[in-house]
This record gives sequence, structure tokens and C-alpha cells, in this order.
Amino acid sequence: MVSLSTQLEGIQEQAQRDLGEVKDTRELESWRVTYLGRRGKLTLLLRKLSALALEERRAIGSQANRAKETLEKLLAERQQSFKSSEAARRMAEGHIDVTLPGRASALGRLHPITLMLRDICSTFASMGFDIVEGPEVEWERYNFDLLNIPRDHPARDMWDTLWVDGDENASRRLLRTHTSPMQARIMQGQSPPIRVVVPGKVFRYEAIDATHESQFYQVEGLAVDEGITFADLKGTLYEFARRIFGEERQVRFNCSYFPFVEPGAEMSIDCFVCKGGGCNICKETGWIEIMGAGMVHPRVLEGVGYDPSVYTGFAFGLGPERIAMLKYGIDDIRHFLANDVRFLRQF
Amino acid sequence: MKVPLSWLREYVEIDLSNEELAHRLTMAGLEVGGITVVGANWENVFVGYVEKVEHHPNADRLSLVTVDIGKDHITAVCGAPNVAVGQRVAFALPGAIMLNPETGEYQQLKAAKIRGVTSQGMVCSEKELGLGDDHTGILVLEGDVPIGAPMADYFGDVVLELEPTTNRPDWLSVLGVAHEVAALTRQRVSEPVGDYLEEGKPIKDQVDIRVEDTDLALRYTASLVTGVKIGPSPQWMQERLVKSGQRPINNIVDITNYVMLEYGQPLHAFDYGKLEKKSVLVRRSRPEEGLVTLDGENRQLSSEMLVIADDQRAIGLAGVMGGLNTEMTDETTAVLLESAKFDAVNIRRTATKLRLRSEASTRFERDLNGELASIALRRATALILQLAGGKAAKGIIDLDAREVHKAKIRLTLERVEKVLGMCFDMKEVLEIFIALGFKCETQGEKAVQVELPYWRSDVSIEDDLVEELARVKGYDNIPTTSLRERIPPRRKQPMLDLRENVRDLLAMIGMQETISHSLVGVDSLQQARVLEADGEILALANPMTPEHSYLRTSLVSNALRTVGFNLRHSEHNLRLFEIGKVYIPQGSGLPKEREMVVGVFCGDSAGLSWTEEQRKLDFFDSKGTLEVVLEALGLQPKFRGTEVGLLQPGRTAEVLVEGQRIGIVGEVHPEVLAGFDIEDEKMALFELDLEELLPHFEQNTRRFIGLSRFPGSYRDLGLVVDVDVAAVRIKEIIERHPLVVWASVFDIYTGDELPEGKSSLAFRIQFQSNHGTLKTETVNEAQKVILSDLERETGAQLRG
Repeated sequence: MVSLSTQLEGIQEQAQRDLGEVKDTRELESWRVTYLGRRGKLTLLLRKLSALALEERRAIGSQANRAKETLEKLLAERQQSFKSSEAARRMAEGHIDVTLPGRASALGRLHPITLMLRDICSTFASMGFDIVEGPEVEWERYNFDLLNIPRDHPARDMWDTLWVDGDENASRRLLRTHTSPMQARIMQGQSPPIRVVVPGKVFRYEAIDATHESQFYQVEGLAVDEGITFADLKGTLYEFARRIFGEERQVRFNCSYFPFVEPGAEMSIDCFVCKGGGCNICKETGWIEIMGAGMVHPRVLEGVGYDPSVYTGFAFGLGPERIAMLKYGIDDIRHFLANDVRFLRQF
Repeated sequence: MKVPLSWLREYVEIDLSNEELAHRLTMAGLEVGGITVVGANWENVFVGYVEKVEHHPNADRLSLVTVDIGKDHITAVCGAPNVAVGQRVAFALPGAIMLNPETGEYQQLKAAKIRGVTSQGMVCSEKELGLGDDHTGILVLEGDVPIGAPMADYFGDVVLELEPTTNRPDWLSVLGVAHEVAALTRQRVSEPVGDYLEEGKPIKDQVDIRVEDTDLALRYTASLVTGVKIGPSPQWMQERLVKSGQRPINNIVDITNYVMLEYGQPLHAFDYGKLEKKSVLVRRSRPEEGLVTLDGENRQLSSEMLVIADDQRAIGLAGVMGGLNTEMTDETTAVLLESAKFDAVNIRRTATKLRLRSEASTRFERDLNGELASIALRRATALILQLAGGKAAKGIIDLDAREVHKAKIRLTLERVEKVLGMCFDMKEVLEIFIALGFKCETQGEKAVQVELPYWRSDVSIEDDLVEELARVKGYDNIPTTSLRERIPPRRKQPMLDLRENVRDLLAMIGMQETISHSLVGVDSLQQARVLEADGEILALANPMTPEHSYLRTSLVSNALRTVGFNLRHSEHNLRLFEIGKVYIPQGSGLPKEREMVVGVFCGDSAGLSWTEEQRKLDFFDSKGTLEVVLEALGLQPKFRGTEVGLLQPGRTAEVLVEGQRIGIVGEVHPEVLAGFDIEDEKMALFELDLEELLPHFEQNTRRFIGLSRFPGSYRDLGLVVDVDVAAVRIKEIIERHPLVVWASVFDIYTGDELPEGKSSLAFRIQFQSNHGTLKTETVNEAQKVILSDLERETGAQLRG
């Protein structure tokens, strides 16, 4: 039987020879496992020492420790040399064309109407308005009668209506022509104070052209409580206009008529395109009309069982498409529903 | 409504510039849509005097006219049949800008040879001047207009184009606008005079007028003028009518139109001579009754329509249009003039039903003040006497069935402050109301009772008076304050939360949002195989077009159209989604509006790239997107093969959450694609029903799972299984072992090296424990258990 000492020498010799063959860090790791690992040749050999007599154990023990130190030192040297040669190799990879396009991640986008609705709603939300939604197919009663627009009233001409087929005259369904029916629904469902905005789709019987769609969006607003005034209406909408169109915006309110408000108003902002100089966006007036508003008509309050001598409130409505068209300079409302990705990608 | 400023100025002084006037009116609620300057182009147009008219030597229909324009005598070629010596005309010199009646465009006049004779100018028609529509002959100027004067000085004008709101019939009249201007500028209106001499026999002896339906004819007034002479109306009246957009017809008709424009009260003139038995009955239409209206149409009437009839027949459709049988002709010598207040709703229904909106019906349906009827009647009668001669009968007919003549409305200063948020003192309130023509009666120091003037009918409640104060004072003068206190509590809105979450997630992982029309064509849904032939769907009663005639029951057909549309525009990397409602009929109630999501994948997996290889988007892109979204919502979706008409069999799965179907995913059936003109492309799709998803989303409560401190170990297993064994079964079997964290397929192979009907699946498995580093033996043991479970349950073998 070959002495342990000879075996040790053999292992060391072989290990050094093998190390010479090692070409990369992976092979180096497997060399380490083979000789120095927990089940490595040197380790296993050392385990046998316990069977030897004390003296012999000492002699071979120190020989073995020297061999282990030598191999570990050689290992460290090789590791170091690999590290520097790896770095050198990477450096040798040289230049890339940094102007080539990068690897793109797919970027999704929201529809510009969604973005605009969110802008509008979050602006009002920060002023304490809750966001609620309502049905798009409505009863005539909610869309018109409860809003002080009785049947056969000429004001109905302001809303060309798409009707659902096959209804009895007494209970007719329609595609809501504005988000205003939610005024009555909300007030019927809760008592004051009320402070809500209602975003949603609306529909009109309308020949489609660059400025008219038969489907578009609206955001309705309603605030009702004791002590709400026209001055509050002005202040709230002024704040909104500044947040959406910029701090420096001026607003203007003129009298207008909507049957469900009294007094009625329209709000315009000063033209941010020409700054009042006159351009085709503001039709040379320097002002752009952006929404209708007014104090909730006493008859609307009565219709939902509120006492108009106690409660007052204001309502307003605006069109996100119109605002998006103004803000982004979009010249044709039909883009919004065409879903041409060349359009959608721009937002 | 077009209002010439020259006419308006007859009633009220205006010191404002045109722009300032337009601004003030707009701010007070009467929007000025435009300001047209009549004669803006008339720099080279002068009043001329026709001295000589000769035949053109080379053309029968043309003449040579010599015109004196003061500083010169000029010869021009003229084609008008009505040119004659002694006329005063509008004469344009070369360089003038004229409307070309043939092209409708303005162009510069040049001296030109016409049939061999040089024309040094042009005698103008009304149309060429841009004054009106008449081009049948030249415009002949009446009166003593100085020869050689610039046309603009005498006929130039400014016309306001007004857009009155439907509550203000008074703004459909020049006087009404004058009252508005007067209120805003604190001027007084000078009203026209309606006095005339009554020389004839009493009207009651000459005509018998009765109102049968007093619910619809609330007031009916009439006057009678005999011995009139029909002819053209004077130039000043024609000019005003033309500038206001009306066509002059004859003196009587022009007067009725003129007074309608002046006061806002429609009037009608009947030929008295043609009245059967000289009687008039205002009544509902009789069965089978018809009437040929002035426009020549034969109208079939229904029993709710109000007519004016004589002893035999209907002679007018009340408030809408007169009848041809009693219209003014050149032979007419006596005129019965009508001025009434008809029921607004009834007039509107009649006009709507007959599709006959007239100037008269537009005014009546806005509910005129009944006081107006007799005032306008007297004004028109006076004008007839003045311009058409004749004698007025004594008295007028006035059948008045109104209950309330002059309503009184009370206003308190307290209410003003409550609504506007600003105080008014009584002095200012009275000043504004008086400027508006309201009669005021103060009640103590803080209240006033108001009576409306004859031209207003829109004020009925206290808040209407508040608006009057606010708009005359100017909305700009009301303070600007913020809402205070009492912010109502927020409501929980789980559907909104879920929907916006899904919307954000889809965009985050690379999908483009679209929004399409809720109205679709039924054939499009059927083409997409999402609507059965007898499927229930809500239809519109009055659709605009067939493509927009039904309320969609699925988002899919629009998604397919959108893809087809974009492919045709050479977009080849489409990942699109829409979130929107579908409308499920519920009998005669409102439909159930369900929030749905559709996602479509078509074309290349990425844009053209120098680093990546292209592949086609398919089922697994669609499914992967769905998995990511649902897992992000905290849900564990499962997928099970199924079949639906829209999708290709064998490539369709239903999406399950806790055993309930919440959607589908698959590749679109090639026949469906062909129906949408999508060829040579594969399309994958998913559809989610947010209503079904909502309860799972709401129940889902996230719990933190502790992180292991110990390293995991990985094993790769190659398994040979029958091809019909679903990968998900193997995954589930592996993952149920307590030491397995996850297992994932990373390779699939079928082919020559495997027996028929077998495939090879390679799984990578992570083993990990929370209690210590796993020993090789432990992992080996676990693997052995897994393999034996797999073999027993699926017949899977470790690949050799």
C-alpha cells in the first residue's frame, strides 16, 4: 500500500498539473471542487489522518497543510489572473454603434378622451367633488321632464334625440343627450350636501362632420347645499379653468339659457392660442366658450323633493373632446372614434 | 335673426361701436354670431341716372345704357329687362368688387367688350351688390338719392346676426332687441305709432268671427281694410326685409312680414273677397280635411291641428302657414288681417308633424305674450292704410279667452343675495327693472312686485327676476368665491375602481386603448358571430345610418373593424383594447349596461428591429396579457378549452376565477376575419366581463407571504407524456408538493425522436424550504415522489 505521504504528493502533483490545463473560471471551480471541495481529493485524504498514530499524523498533517496552502495559493493566483484577463477580454470587445436603436419595450397608451376625462375629474375631485356615473340609456323623464324640459317645449330642439324603438308614448327610452339626467338621479338618491361630477358618454341625432359626432362625452357637475351661490359657481369654475388651461387664464361668464338652470351662464376662457389678438380658434373674439352652467332651477329641485327656499346649488357641463381639441389643436372631432393608431399614438 | 342696425337705430340710440354692442348683447345672453357690413365692397359703386337706353347693335337681349354718375356720363352694356330711362340705379365702375351670381364668388369688375361694344361699367342687381337674392333685373333706387353719391352712403348698413335662445321670442324682433339695447345702455325706446283713422262700417257688420276652440286660440284679433291696391312695397321696406333675410312679395304680404320682424308677432292677411259667407271660424280640423298651404303643398290635417276656416273650408293653418285659397293676389281689394295668440305646444306639434317650420310657428311655439296681438294688429293696419290705401273698418275683433292677462311676480332682496351671493339695494333693482320696461311696485323696503311689459313672456318665477338683475348688471360684476365647508362623504365605487385598474394595467403592459361607437349595425355583430339570428338587441327608432342603428351587445365587432381599418393603413403591430358598456335588453325597462373589456392582438410581436426576431402575435400573447392583468389584481385565473362561434375551435379557452367564467380568450375564426376583410393575418382576442369579475376583485384580500431565508435549488425535468395531457395538469401535480415553490414549462418537443402520440415537456422546478437549506437527498426524494405521482396520474415518464 502506497503511503499516505506518497499519495499526498501524487495528489498535489496531479492537482498542479490539472491546474495548468484549466482554461476558464468554470473549469477552475470544478478543479477546486475536485481537490479542495468538501468531498475533494485532498479533503478526503486528510480525513484518513485520524486513523494514524500520533507521530505519523503530525508529520503528514503538516505536509498536508502545506500542500493545501500551496494549492489554495495557486487557486487564488489563478482566480486573480482570470479576473484580469476577463476584464481584458471585455475591454477587447470594442465599440458598439451607440446610435443604433435600443431594444424597445412595448408602450401602451390611454385614449386621449380617457386622459382628458381623468384630468377634468381629478381637478374637481381635489375640490371635494365625488365621481359618479349613470346609465347611458335613459328614461325621457330623467333626460328631459325632471330637468324642466317638458315635451313639446321648443327648448327640446337644443337636444336632437335618438330614441329606442318600440316604446309606449308614456314611458319612452332614449340615448341620453347629456349627462344632466344624473342631476335628478343623484338628488333622488341622497340628501344634501351634494358635490359630484358625472363623466360619461352622450348621444345626439346629428349629422357627423368635423365638429359634430353622434356620440361624445360630457362631464356634468352638481353642487347643492344651503348657502351655495352664483359667486361660488364662478369661483369653482374659475379654479377649474386655471388648473386645466394654466394659472394665467382669464375667464368670462355670459348669460345663457338652459331650462334646468336659472340664472344660466356660459363660461369662456381667454384664447390661449392668440392671447386675445384674434384667431380662427376663438373666431376672432379672443374668447373660447368651454362650458354651460347655472344655478339649479327651483323646479328641478322641487321635482326631486328638495325645498328650493332652503337649498340652492349650481350645475355645469362640459365636453372633453372640445377641450382636447383646443388643447392639442385637433381639427376634426371624428378622430376620437376612428381609432386610427397613428392618431392615438400621439397622446 | 338678422337685424340691420339702421332699422334698430330707428327705435333706440346706439353710441357703442359695433363690436362693443355685440359684446354687451352677448354678455347679457343674446349671442351675436356675426356682424356683416353691407356695402363693405362698394368703393366703386355710385348712384347713377339712366339717361339713354338703346338696342345693342349685335344682340337682341342686350341694351346699351348711358348713365350719369355726376362727374361723368358712361356707357355700359346691360342685360336686364327692367332698365329704363329716368331710373336711379346702382352703377359699378371698373375696379368694383361684385358678386358673380353664376359662381357665387366676389370678383373685380373690369371694362370688357361685350359683343363688340366696350362696357365701361355695370348697372347692378340686388344680388350683384350682395344685398339680397334678386337677380331678375337691376335694382331701381327710389326717392331723391343724389346722383353720383357713393352707394355705401345711402344703402350701406351693418347687419347683426343674432342667435336668440329659445326662451326669448322677443329677441326674434327688432323692437325686442331695441328694448334689450335700451336696458343695457339705460336709453329709452321710441316705439312706432299704431294709430289710424277708422272710416269704414263697423267690422262686426262685415265679418262674423268666432273661436270654437278657445283652449288653442287664446286670443284672436282681426281688422279689416277695404279698397286696398296691391302693388310693390316701398323701397325702404323692401330694403329692410331683404337685409333681414326676407323676400319682398307685395305691399300687404310685406307689411305682415315687416311687422312680424318689428314686433315678433306673426300676422296673416286673408283676401276678404274670397271668404265664403264672410265668416271665420277658428277650430280644430275636421275629419278628412285638407289644405293647400301657401307653399303649394297639399296638407292632410289631423284632428288636433288648429285651422282658420270660413263657412266652407279651411283657409289657413293657424300659426303655421296660410292657405292658397285666400292668398293676396293682384286682384285683392279687401284684406282681413289676423293677429292672435295660439297655444304654443299645439303650434309646435302641428309644425313638427307636418315638417313645416315657418317664421310664424317658430315665434308662436316660444309662447308670445298675448298683449302683443292687438298692438301688432294696429301697427300693421296703419301701415296698410299708409302704403296700400283703402279704408279701415271701425273697431277690431278681439276674442280674448285668456284667464290671466298680466301676471305679477314678487322679488325679495334676500332671495337675490341667496342666489347670487351679492347684495343689491332697492334703488339699483328698480333702476334695472325700469330700464327693462318692467312695472314695479315696492312692498316695504326689501321686496318689489313686478309686472311684465307686452314684449316679455319668459319671466315667471322669482329667480327669473334674479337673472334679469344679474345679467343687466353683468355677470362680471358678481363676486368670485369658493365653495365652503360641508364636503360630502365619498362613496365607494368598486366597479369604477376595478375598471380604471384594468385600464391602467392594460396600458402599462403595452396595449393601446381605443374607444368606439356604442351604436353598431346588427349585421356587423352577426358577422362577428356574437349575436344569434334571434338574439335580443335594442334598436333605435330613428337611427342616423344603418351602421349606427343598434345598441351593441358586444365590443367585439368594433374591435375587429378597428383592426381591419389599421391594417389597411399599414399598421402591423396591433395590441388594442377597449373598455366600454354593452347593452343587454331587459324587456321594456332600461337595458342592463355591462362593463366589458376586449383586447385584440394582430400582426407582428414587435416593431421592426435589428435585434429581435419577428414573430406573429397569437393566442399566447392574448392569454399572457390576461394572466398578468388578473394576477396583478390578485386573482388566479384558470383556463379551460371551450368553443364559441367567434373563435377558432381548438384555440379557444374560457377564463375562470374560482370556478366561474369571467371571459374568453382565443384566436379569431378565420371565416370571421374574412368577413371583416382581414386576410393573411391571425388575430388573437380576449374578452372580460367586469361585472362577473367584480365580486372576486372585491373579495380578494391580499396577505403577505413570508420570505424564505434559505437558498432554493433548481431541477430540470424532461417528461414524455401523451400529447393530450394538458401542461397545466403536470404543473399542478408538481406544484402541490410542499417543497416546490413553482414549476414552469420551458421547452416543448414533439417529433421523430419520440414515439407517435407523445410529446416531451421540459419543466424547471424550484425547491425551497422555510426551515433550512435543502440537502440533495431531500430534493432527490421529493423529485422521486413527484415523478411517481406524475406517472400514476398522467402516465408521464422521465425522458431518457
